[in-house]
Amino acid sequence: MNLDSKIPEGPLSEKWSSHKFNMKLVNPANRRKYSVIVVGSGLAGGAAAASLAEQGYNVSCFCYQDSPRRAHSIAAQGGINASKNYQNDGDSVHRLFYDTVKGGDYRAREANVYRLAEVSSDIIDQCVANGVPFAREYGGLLANRSFGGAQVSRTFYARGQTGQQLLLGAYSALSKQIGLGKVKMYNRHEMLDLVKVDGHAKGIIVRNMATGEVSRHASDAVVLATGGYGNVFFLSTNAQGCNVTAAYRAHKRGAGMANPCYTQIHPTCIPVHGDKQSKLTLMSESLRNDGRIWTPKNAEVAAMIRKGETDPNTVAEDDRDYFLERKYPSFGNLAPRDISSRAAKEACDEGRGIASTGLGVFLDFRDAIKRDGKNTIKERYGNLFDMYQCITGDNPYETPMMIFPAVHYTMGGLWVDYNLESTIPGMFVGGEANFSDHGANRLGASALMQGLSDGYFILPYTVGNYLGEQGVAAAGKVTTEHPAFAEVEANVKARIDKFLTIGGTESPRSFHKRLGHIIWEQCGMARSKEGLEGAIKDLQALRKEFWTNLRVVGDADGINPELERAGRVADFIEFGELMCRDALMREESCGGHFRVEHQTEDGEALRDDENFAFAGVWEYKGDDVAPLLHKESLIYENVKLATRSYK
Amino acid sequence: MCTLCNFVQSTIGRKILMALTGLVLVLFVMGHMLGNLQIFLGPDVINGYAYKLHHLLPASALWAVRLVLLGTIAVHLWAAVTLTLDNRKARPQGYLEDKVVQASYSSRTMRMSGIILLAFIIFHIAHFTVRIVPGKQYEEFGVLENTMVPLVKDGEVVMKNGHEIMTFNVNDMMVLGFEVWWVSAFYIIATGLLCMHLTHGFSSMFQSLGLRNGLWRKRLDRVALAYGWIVFLGFAIIPISVMTGFLEKDPTGGLALQITETVAIIGVI
Amino acid sequence: MEKTMDLTLKVWRQKSANSMGAFETYAVKDVSEGSSFLEMLDTLSEDLVEKGKEPVAFDHDCREGICGSCSMTINGIPHGPEKATTACQLHMRHFHDGQTITIEPWRAKPFPVIKDLVVDRSPLDRIIQSGGFITSRAGSAVDANAIPISKATADYAMDAAACIGCGACVAACPNASAMLFTGAKVSHMNSLPQGKVEKDRRTLAMVTTMDGEGFGGCTNIGECEAACPKSISLDMIAHLNRDYATAQVKNFFKPVA
Repeated sequence: MNLDSKIPEGPLSEKWSSHKFNMKLVNPANRRKYSVIVVGSGLAGGAAAASLAEQGYNVSCFCYQDSPRRAHSIAAQGGINASKNYQNDGDSVHRLFYDTVKGGDYRAREANVYRLAEVSSDIIDQCVANGVPFAREYGGLLANRSFGGAQVSRTFYARGQTGQQLLLGAYSALSKQIGLGKVKMYNRHEMLDLVKVDGHAKGIIVRNMATGEVSRHASDAVVLATGGYGNVFFLSTNAQGCNVTAAYRAHKRGAGMANPCYTQIHPTCIPVHGDKQSKLTLMSESLRNDGRIWTPKNAEVAAMIRKGETDPNTVAEDDRDYFLERKYPSFGNLAPRDISSRAAKEACDEGRGIASTGLGVFLDFRDAIKRDGKNTIKERYGNLFDMYQCITGDNPYETPMMIFPAVHYTMGGLWVDYNLESTIPGMFVGGEANFSDHGANRLGASALMQGLSDGYFILPYTVGNYLGEQGVAAAGKVTTEHPAFAEVEANVKARIDKFLTIGGTESPRSFHKRLGHIIWEQCGMARSKEGLEGAIKDLQALRKEFWTNLRVVGDADGINPELERAGRVADFIEFGELMCRDALMREESCGGHFRVEHQTEDGEALRDDENFAFAGVWEYKGDDVAPLLHKESLIYENVKLATRSYK
Repeated sequence: MCTLCNFVQSTIGRKILMALTGLVLVLFVMGHMLGNLQIFLGPDVINGYAYKLHHLLPASALWAVRLVLLGTIAVHLWAAVTLTLDNRKARPQGYLEDKVVQASYSSRTMRMSGIILLAFIIFHIAHFTVRIVPGKQYEEFGVLENTMVPLVKDGEVVMKNGHEIMTFNVNDMMVLGFEVWWVSAFYIIATGLLCMHLTHGFSSMFQSLGLRNGLWRKRLDRVALAYGWIVFLGFAIIPISVMTGFLEKDPTGGLALQITETVAIIGVI
Repeated sequence: MEKTMDLTLKVWRQKSANSMGAFETYAVKDVSEGSSFLEMLDTLSEDLVEKGKEPVAFDHDCREGICGSCSMTINGIPHGPEKATTACQLHMRHFHDGQTITIEPWRAKPFPVIKDLVVDRSPLDRIIQSGGFITSRAGSAVDANAIPISKATADYAMDAAACIGCGACVAACPNASAMLFTGAKVSHMNSLPQGKVEKDRRTLAMVTTMDGEGFGGCTNIGECEAACPKSISLDMIAHLNRDYATAQVKNFFKPVA
């Protein structure tokens, strides 16, 4: 597997501009001869499809939702970072770059992160120009706020719906191109496999989820912007439909999968309430500015609270353990996501958890209300409190909120070089689906930045460069008549038939739940060698059981939610195994990956820069063959590696 | 497509036409009501008012005004009918359970109130303008007679070129008309529906023209409600007053005298 | 401990776009009051799968009230009885033990049923495609602070832009009118300085597409506003009417070449 990162020569700050100059251009008149497939219509996919079409390429865009506007980028709340330095508080491209590398626990590629920081300003300009109603000050200038992991105010936001507004911006740009006929949009279409011709990505096989029709689509390049794989945990803050199928199918066709064990667990989600729950809801991290996180010191008191026999408000001050304040006195309740999440898990492991399941801790505003008054707190967090009450039925002004960590974002993904091209030539990967920019941990307000940077400013250049390199003679040469399409299509159809004919007794959802349980327990917030080895065995057994005891009701001729889930769960099970292998291989703790064997005496993550400063890239070798590990060394020329400390 | 066709074919364009015609009708209704209420100032005043209405402008202009009013109704009606048909088409299948959350009763019954009002307008014109509605006097005169009385101003008969100026005896026409119980009932019901139609329509008209926001919606809704009630009370009080005997035939003019005079005139001719 | 409830569901089942549909009645037991409405439907689906029957198909995705996928009329009200709440955020504590709940798809000619509760809402996309955008080529934008926008304008645009495109306004309207949806988009874009250049063209094009898709007209009754999970105001419709009238007048008297 060729892991040439193709990082341009020259000083960090000039790499991208010199690279842009060195790239091949396609004559505007020739662009219409090329076609590009974009899978996914979120920030990365939607922006890439719109920009490529604007440049003159013929674009086909696919999404599984009924409209491109519903991609899960829409659910991002907080904001988007940019090194505009509008607040005159010392921000710069370099500082955003540095914060992102440090926040990623030094496991991201320097050149990519620098470029991200560099184009961040252009993203804001572009979004404002296409009508994103960012928050403004009275003077008419853009407002900013500060966000976790940064000491400057560089986050732009549109109320608590920044993701929605950015996505609607990209969607409107995409819609314009659809209206002009430059983008052919395929809604309710799920990519089920990648087609390679002579080693290059030349098309995809999709299923129309409304009619059941399986069809072939050929192009000169393929862009995957298919999001993250958080749903491998069954319960996550992801949308129900988010899945790894497109990325994993590409992996099976030869694309390297990098760092799948890097998953981000967000500390402030609403706890699980029962076994019927389908999804976890995030409460904004900003709540930790005023809320104090605690559990009872005594497990018996916690048990009484769980049963509803004790009102948490009556627990005396001395009986409360404000564990973040105790362990991290300087950062207190504002400790970073990974650290806060782990501390909450520890408290629950000790039997001191609250909520009906014992998996929850309090986020208490009692003192803040006493100090600042109810109205102030209402002004700051009113909408979040309302949302909490809507979901749980509890009034957080009177009784402490309950929170628990939940899977939120996945930093790992398909390996890409500086051009965002995967190990399969002609297949590009953007947004959360690739591994490139966040290392082992993502900072708040960086996901939206990366998605739009990839979509608006990077892919349109690098895809063009690839097409230019292939030459205009190659444009449109491969059609769906090529035998490779027939073969892959037959595989896809056979797999669908297989799901429908196993004739077992267990539903896809049930398998998904079992998978999630294994991954959450063994490859969640704390991982151990023993646990991971057990998980791999369990997952292999689960895979066997899945393929022999699955029951999919209905047929393949139309909408069939069971069939759709079956396909996704099948890939999740295999992917989960890869995740565990990656976590097992990485004998260190960094960012979202915490190995219990590798911690300091007081339980902090212990990174091993000497042996693990690399991206672990897995090559698929066969269904029952262990995947092969490749390493891309991460070389830091511009930042000094240091231990993160929040004490 | 031509700009006008495009405008007229669009749903919003037709709504704007409805609003503009509605505005004309809203104003007309108020004027008409104020005119009618002069009956309470005595027969001479209302009859004088009728004279003014008929002679202020040349006959052609009077007809022009009438045609504009009829045209306004026609446009209002055409827009309503075509929009309703389009709206029906847009929702071929309804809900098994259909709940209304905030739409007012009057807003949901505009078509019903509108249709009945149309029927009433036709009846009303037939009754008081064309006078072909059979009434109480059916056996005697067939329909409401086109009775004339001398124009009286400040208690004096107005003379022109040595002749009395004659005018419609509106007072007696109204009294005679409303003495028929079912006419009064229909009239009161219709003005009630007019009230309902206006409580939505008056405010809705501003919405269709884009001249409303959340604050003005509340205000205009209140104004519309008041307007509707004022119009209802202003119109309904006349038949009620007639039925209760508060309003009577003109005691000074003397219907019998006028009729004989009219017959005499006809006889001379 | 959480209370549970037993419910009777009357659900619209329809095999495909071309087949006839009918209501079917199901019993669901032990529904936790902390479950969301869609989780209650998940439970029903699992029960049906258990019996080898096809589960009820319905659109859903984010389950946090922002993607706009979920679309069902619950007891006669799109998204159910709670104000400003999508079906996915509606929780079962708002229902009571023994209740019968009627669940129907969005009803509108432009939204044909594809299966069960799933309808085709692509006409809304086509309205946007015809003009619901502000043209801005990536890379050509001026600095974001170059054009100041007053806070009031930005807030108003955000109020309008909060629309999630679920189509509840169409479903709630007895005329199946898409005026609230179109009005929200037009108000958002027409009120921003960046969007003024294409304002008239946008307004006329979007209204023409809206009418062409077969949506009914607005009768200003306000059911859309009541059903809207994001509380988009009728002001947006007034704004659309205003901009439409202005655009038509300008169009009517435009200089003749």
